[in-house]
Amino acid sequence: MNAPPSPRSATHRSSRATARVGPLIATHDPALVLDVDALLDDRSRAIIVCCGSGGVGKTTTSASLALRAAERGRKVVVLTIDPARRLAQSMGIEALDNTPRPVPGVDPAAGGSLDAMMLDMKRTFDEVVQSQASPEKARQILDNPFYIAVSSSFAGTQEYMAMEKLGQLDQDARASGRWDLIVVDTPPSRSALDFLDAPERLSSFLDGRFMKLLLVPARGPARLMTAGFGMVTNAITKIIGAQVLQDMKAFVAAFDTLFGGFRQRAQRTFELLQDRRTAFLVIAAPEPDALREAAYFVERLREESMPLAGLVVNRASSAADGSLSSHAAMTGVEKLRSAGQGDGLAVGLLRLHADRLVVVEREKRLTRRFATSHPDVPTAVLPALSTDVHDLDGLRRIGDLLGAQMGHSSDQQGA
Amino acid sequence: MSAQHNESPSPGQPHFPGVQLHIVTGKGGTGKTTVAAALALALASRGKTVLLCEVEGRQGIAQLFDVPPLPYEERLIARGPAGSGDAYALAIDAESALLEYLDMYYRLGRAGKALDRFGVVEFATTIAPGVRDVLLTGKVYEAANRNRRNKGARHYDAIVMDAPPTGRIAQFLNVNNELAGLAKVGPIKSQADTVTTLLRSPRTAIHLVTVLEEMPVQETGDGIAELRGGGLPVGGVVVNMVRPQDLDADERKHLLEDDVDRGELVHRLEQAGVPTDELLVEALVEEGRHHAERRRLEDSQRELVEMLDAPSYELPRLPGGVDMAGLYELAEALAQGGLA
Ligand SMILES: Nc1ncnc2c1ncn2[C@@H]1O[C@H](COP(=O)(O)OP(=O)(O)OP(=O)(O)O)[C@@H](O)[C@H]1O
Ligand SMILES: Nc1ncnc2c1ncn2[C@@H]1O[C@H](COP(=O)(O)OP(=O)(O)O)[C@@H](O)[C@H]1O
Ligand SMILES: [Mg+2]
Ligand SMILES: [Mg+2]
Repeated sequence: MNAPPSPRSATHRSSRATARVGPLIATHDPALVLDVDALLDDRSRAIIVCCGSGGVGKTTTSASLALRAAERGRKVVVLTIDPARRLAQSMGIEALDNTPRPVPGVDPAAGGSLDAMMLDMKRTFDEVVQSQASPEKARQILDNPFYIAVSSSFAGTQEYMAMEKLGQLDQDARASGRWDLIVVDTPPSRSALDFLDAPERLSSFLDGRFMKLLLVPARGPARLMTAGFGMVTNAITKIIGAQVLQDMKAFVAAFDTLFGGFRQRAQRTFELLQDRRTAFLVIAAPEPDALREAAYFVERLREESMPLAGLVVNRASSAADGSLSSHAAMTGVEKLRSAGQGDGLAVGLLRLHADRLVVVEREKRLTRRFATSHPDVPTAVLPALSTDVHDLDGLRRIGDLLGAQMGHSSDQQGA
Repeated sequence: MSAQHNESPSPGQPHFPGVQLHIVTGKGGTGKTTVAAALALALASRGKTVLLCEVEGRQGIAQLFDVPPLPYEERLIARGPAGSGDAYALAIDAESALLEYLDMYYRLGRAGKALDRFGVVEFATTIAPGVRDVLLTGKVYEAANRNRRNKGARHYDAIVMDAPPTGRIAQFLNVNNELAGLAKVGPIKSQADTVTTLLRSPRTAIHLVTVLEEMPVQETGDGIAELRGGGLPVGGVVVNMVRPQDLDADERKHLLEDDVDRGELVHRLEQAGVPTDELLVEALVEEGRHHAERRRLEDSQRELVEMLDAPSYELPRLPGGVDMAGLYELAEALAQGGLA
């Protein structure tokens, strides 16, 4: 077992500040291909976490993987965070009730099952408070305006609560045997790293210098107060007003005894993420920002000794045929134009083909660049479907495309 | 019928002449930063002195313009030909804004340093809900209200803000007065009120960026309703990354129904001098079908955008990605369309 996570300073929040990790010299082996079905069939994997920056397809991918695993015989629960409305509807999880429910329409032939739930962040937070404190104290905390603000809008609460929920589901799965695989979607943060950092950030806030300071007068002897304290309180009162300070003090006083429990829970989940039962999948779009985030995340996972299964490049453009170059296509367009055939299907198709090849080339270049600096990360390339993915059939299609990777070369194919 | 038809100002005329503060929001990844930058360039091309600012500590502007990270300081980022204005850029971070604010209003000196030492600056800016947002918008307010008479202070005809995404924009702009609920009195509260007055005035327009897909369009609709409900002025909807419009409705219909006249197509391709083996022809048809499906999705989403009762502006998807030249192209499209 690895050492427990150490508290991280603010600068640690982005691995931008840490050394680059890579092969140092490029190798020319073809990129490793991610064997998705082997991953799903591996019974020693009990948790799959889908990470990545916002909008890249984490929710879609996690739901597709969960469905595919279930139809391959595993007993799966998927924790989704912010599914598109129609997708939530077709999975039967539009009610935000924090409870896993069976997804209708899953093929049970292989002996598997699929439950799904959507995370209710505030409710999860409330439940943790309730489980840790006496009813009276819990009430005090839940009614505090400062708590309400933090639990519903603090940047990072969603990530923290996603981790908390994962911990709960894992305990439940092990106690009841109801599930043998948990697939976790992560919140739509701008950075994939937020998922790993948020709990620590919330902890260090709740346990921070300033919070300690607020507690001092409540606890006792004035000698503990530093000379600057009065000045500081005055300044804060000036800025945000005495009432807020009062609410904060009440919150900190009530929360103080719970804090240890909170920290412990976060620590346990962090250890769970380092366990070999877990696998991380990093999802990225073939765009510079998303791939850069993916690279940071991959490097960070390694640093934390967390098991990475691979990268999914989602929504890749594909050209059905590479034999006609974009230059040749545009030359053809010119020819037709000078022959007075400037519009019509042929011109349209040639222009589209040229445009498409430019996109495909650019995406390939970006993906290749990632592969060169992370040659040991198995990768799956998932083409962009021409329509949204909003029902089980759509999820199955994505799942099939993920499963079909091994048959293909690392070249982009499909739809 | 959408507002864009109702108003129909002549092409090339700006639709928002009285607006000084342009706030650009949208679903994550739809192109907020790109559109904000293009809008700033377009406004500058009309002779305005423009400030382009970002508030999320991402250095998106610096990356886009390929310059070193921006400090908390206004930097010239683009200068056009004679007759056009200049564009400046600023990365606003809450810590610097707080210290500047304290210094400006309280001359805090020693106490300011103490605040930092006790973790208060960190607390107030990263944690205290709402305070951070007020500091960020407060800095924009300051830049928008400079007086030409102030020595050394640069006056901006227009300010473009690359704002947080739609999901957080209402809260960021303090629509539901979350801060007011938390800080009922005190200077931060009155600062918030002053900023809100500017944000609710006709000097401000909030533009929403979307792509023609289900989730972003839905979020745009929800965002507009929320902003309007909070009394904030919605500007335009920028529809970004629109696919090429090379095939007409009839051609797309044939592709979707799979009854393309192969003979005619092969004949034209021969005329074009490209190979016409069956594999290639089928591949082109397949690409065309895929494109037609995508266009069908875009068209249905466009209908929804047109029902949003806000003028819309379309920007093409640049196949090679956005570089400086691409940014100029997008800026031109925005100026042509009338957003700037
Ligand atoms: N019209 C366009 N054509 C081609 N690519 C575009 C276009 N607009 C934006 N992009 C690309 O899309 C990606 C996302 O754009 P951008 O960073 O502006 O979005 P954003 O909304 O600011 O994202 P975030 O929510 O992460 O801040 C970038 O790689 C950008 O270059
Ligand atoms: N491979 C794909 N092809 C077509 N559409 C996709 C694909 N992957 C995701 N989408 C669509 O993109 C949108 C965003 O996906 P989502 O999974 O919600 O992203 P995230 O959870 O990362 O924010 C959804 O409307 C989804 O249907
Ligand atoms: Mg999601
Ligand atoms: Mg951005």
